[in-house]
Amino acid sequence: MAAENTKKAIIPKKNPMPAQDPVIRAGNFNEVALGYSEEAVVAEAERCIQCKNAPCRQGCPVDIDIPAFIKKVAERDFAGGAQKLKETNALPAVCGRVCPQESQCEKYCTLGKKYEPVGIGRIERYLADWELATGVKIPQTAAPTGKKVAIVGSGPAGLTCAADLAKLGHQVTIFEALHIAGGVLMYGIPEFRLPKSVVQAEIDNLKKLGVDIQVNAIVGKFSTIDELMESGYDAVFLGTGAGLPNFMRIPGENACGVYSANEFLTRSNLMQAYRFPETDTPIFAGKRVAVLGGGNVAMDAARTALRLGAEESWIVYRRSRVELPARIEEVEHAEEEGVKFQFLTNPTRILYNDDYWVTGMECLRYELGEPDASGRRSPVPVKGSEFILEVDTVVVAIGTGLNPLISKTTPDLAVNKRGNITADLETGATSKPGVYAGGDVVTGSATVILAMGAGRAAAKSINNYLLSNNKFLSGSLLEVREASQVRVNEAMSK
Amino acid sequence: MYRIVKKEVLAPTLNLIEIHAPLVARKALAGQFVILRIHDEGERIPVTIADFDRKKGTITCVFQEVGRTTKELATFTEGECLKDFVGPLGVPSHIENYGRVACVGGGVGVAPVHPIARALKEAGNEVISIIGARNKDLIFWEDRMGAASSELRVTTDDGSYLRKGFVTDLLKELIEEEGIDFCLAIGPLPMMRAVCDLTKNYGIKTVVSLNPLMVDGTGMCGCCRVTVGGETKFACVDGPEFDGHQVDFAEMARRSVIYKHQEKVSLDLYEEKGTRHHHQCRCGGEE
Ligand SMILES: Cc1cc2nc3c(=O)[nH]c(=O)nc-3n(C[C@H](O)[C@H](O)[C@H](O)COP(=O)(O)OP(=O)(O)OC[C@H]3O[C@@H](n4cnc5c(N)ncnc54)[C@H](O)[C@@H]3O)c2cc1C
Ligand SMILES: Cc1cc2nc3c(=O)[nH]c(=O)nc-3n(C[C@H](O)[C@H](O)[C@H](O)COP(=O)(O)OP(=O)(O)OC[C@H]3O[C@@H](n4cnc5c(N)ncnc54)[C@H](O)[C@@H]3O)c2cc1C
Ligand code: FES
Repeated sequence: MAAENTKKAIIPKKNPMPAQDPVIRAGNFNEVALGYSEEAVVAEAERCIQCKNAPCRQGCPVDIDIPAFIKKVAERDFAGGAQKLKETNALPAVCGRVCPQESQCEKYCTLGKKYEPVGIGRIERYLADWELATGVKIPQTAAPTGKKVAIVGSGPAGLTCAADLAKLGHQVTIFEALHIAGGVLMYGIPEFRLPKSVVQAEIDNLKKLGVDIQVNAIVGKFSTIDELMESGYDAVFLGTGAGLPNFMRIPGENACGVYSANEFLTRSNLMQAYRFPETDTPIFAGKRVAVLGGGNVAMDAARTALRLGAEESWIVYRRSRVELPARIEEVEHAEEEGVKFQFLTNPTRILYNDDYWVTGMECLRYELGEPDASGRRSPVPVKGSEFILEVDTVVVAIGTGLNPLISKTTPDLAVNKRGNITADLETGATSKPGVYAGGDVVTGSATVILAMGAGRAAAKSINNYLLSNNKFLSGSLLEVREASQVRVNEAMSK
Repeated sequence: MYRIVKKEVLAPTLNLIEIHAPLVARKALAGQFVILRIHDEGERIPVTIADFDRKKGTITCVFQEVGRTTKELATFTEGECLKDFVGPLGVPSHIENYGRVACVGGGVGVAPVHPIARALKEAGNEVISIIGARNKDLIFWEDRMGAASSELRVTTDDGSYLRKGFVTDLLKELIEEEGIDFCLAIGPLPMMRAVCDLTKNYGIKTVVSLNPLMVDGTGMCGCCRVTVGGETKFACVDGPEFDGHQVDFAEMARRSVIYKHQEKVSLDLYEEKGTRHHHQCRCGGEE
């Protein structure tokens, strides 16, 4: 047919993502975005013009061969597409759901210059879900190398590092502080955005690769890094995240009804308080909730509050709408569900009654001033603009810092001024031989895909360290071990 | 799974369990605590380490039945398993030779005082322990506390056993008659507060072990925050022991009843429907 030769007309808009109705979904914890149908995903894949220079790849922190997997989908070869995807991304079902595509791959899509970019994340999600539904092929692992690696923390960084090292034939054990593996994917990001069964399926696949996962194991408490190495681990990867909540340091912050976002989300997700009293952990979400912050964490908290029964849920953010760091899709979803915004607003104190329960929050209005060093226009307070937001719950979502548990018990591990572990971004190497680190613990709060990229990079250099430097290393490690044994013996004989 | 190797009812609503958890036992020190969960739907509850046996790989906990989780835990028998058991958490007690010290335990607080008293005695202190409870039936571990201390004094609120009165009455006598250099107090909040009010007058350094609500116990959630000396501290990683004269007890008391209503709902449901899970999760000899 003649049409075969003529250029296909470009479809300017993305195929819409089916989603739960906003009114209904604001009352349940089921996933909001429902995923493409087979027809929709193929139609979306056909929108890709397969341009030669593929700028989308440069926008992807782990350099996924995006055009290749999209091409497979257009050909309805889903198994082939999934295969392609898995070459570089160990957790595609997660990334397809939570990656900030608009600021990564899709931002650079050629189509996006004039029209809406190709829905890369949505196609990725479809392939990953297709694979999970039809049965994941567990890749062959290399012959055992006899080397043991300890991974500390089971977030995306640790999971990715573990998967790569296991495939290379090393014996991998993950130590996780909480009773469930997955890190922020399990305790932070809510079910309605990332179903826990999806994360669990990925973790089960990891176990099938032979990775041993020890939950309830806090490194720095039951065992230090040095003790792990003394007990026979040849290398250690630290993927412990950035889980220490920041507070505002304003009066009233310890009143009843003030939560850190971590506590609020952990109660709801990890402890499943949204099913209380079917489950045992309670949560309090009042009628009027204020969430401080403007990132994904804040959106998650504000939307969770609605689902827990709040009548009003406010996002209180210091800057304006354009500066919101959250993913656009999440902001839109939040708005559709009824979350309201107070932009250019910052709290000055939290008000409470005689029983110490929150009754409101005093806020100050801001306006945007000159751009600061980061190029963002910094907010300046407007004198005399105080007003009171009547709320009974406040959730503080203004970022997290580093938990000092590991650095405190590992004196020879260098950390920077902010407490982050100092590690080479290319290799993950830290100041301590045999110890690597990556993800939020190095960069501070970032994204899932960056944490995965760091885990992958570290796996590569750990592998090199274990294999190429083999002889030299086992010698020097032995000396280190002997020396520390002497120290231990000395300490014990005192 | 963490097997209960020993179970003992010490007094009405007061139970002892010894749990097989070698990794925790290897590192446990006086003053630290664990967090446990009894089943998949369960809450993470903190309990102090009352004793440990590194050789057997066990941890001893003493707990009081107050709400849903502790009441259900009390129905567990030897051989049954807890779902999760993580620790040792918190900063161990600071042990040094102060001279003459008073170790005060009220109610279930006697259990956490025990390993600290023992460590203080081993460090060369003269340890005078004072334990108290509402009545005779609730006094436990007289023998253990006797062995861990240089001297033991006992009081009951109603006078049904030995001295009638509060632990603070005995403490006041001790301070005035013999003098002490350091005081450790663990028990219900009002008791710790009363001890601190007393020792403050005499300028005696006093350490208390706080028990705010907790979730993770690793410094991640901020649920356990307490105000000490005007600063916010996380009891799970900065404590649980703090200078008692600096603690804002009033704030703590209010924060610890945040979920009073929900806890009642949960308990009522449990008492109506009974246990849900643990009889299926026997793990026999398996670790
Ligand atoms: C609510 C929320 C929403 C988010 N939304 C998005 C999003 O939409 N898109 C996106 O890309 N990113 C999002 N992020 C950020 C993203 O989740 C993180 O950047 C990412 O999870 C970091 O991965 P990680 O592996 O470095 O650490 P984490 O995921 O933090 O995992 C660290 C793990 O280590 C464990 N651990 C810590 N200390 C120890 C120890 N001493 N011993 C043993 N285990 C230990 C912790 O318990 C935890 O399980 C969100 C974050 C939050 C909190
Ligand atoms: C570091 C630490 C060590 C502890 N050690 C022990 C111990 O050795 N033995 C022991 O019996 N208990 C100890 N506790 C208290 C114990 O954790 C609570 O009794 C338990 O969580 C109650 O759970 P529940 O579900 O049975 O009751 P819930 O239904 O949760 O609560 C019932 C009642 O107990 C109060 N309560 C709840 N949690 C606590 C708490 N953490 N502290 C004080 N009161 C609380 C509530 O306000 C409520 O009135 C400790 C707490 C902490 C923080
Ligand atoms: S219990 Fe979560 S920070 Fe202490």
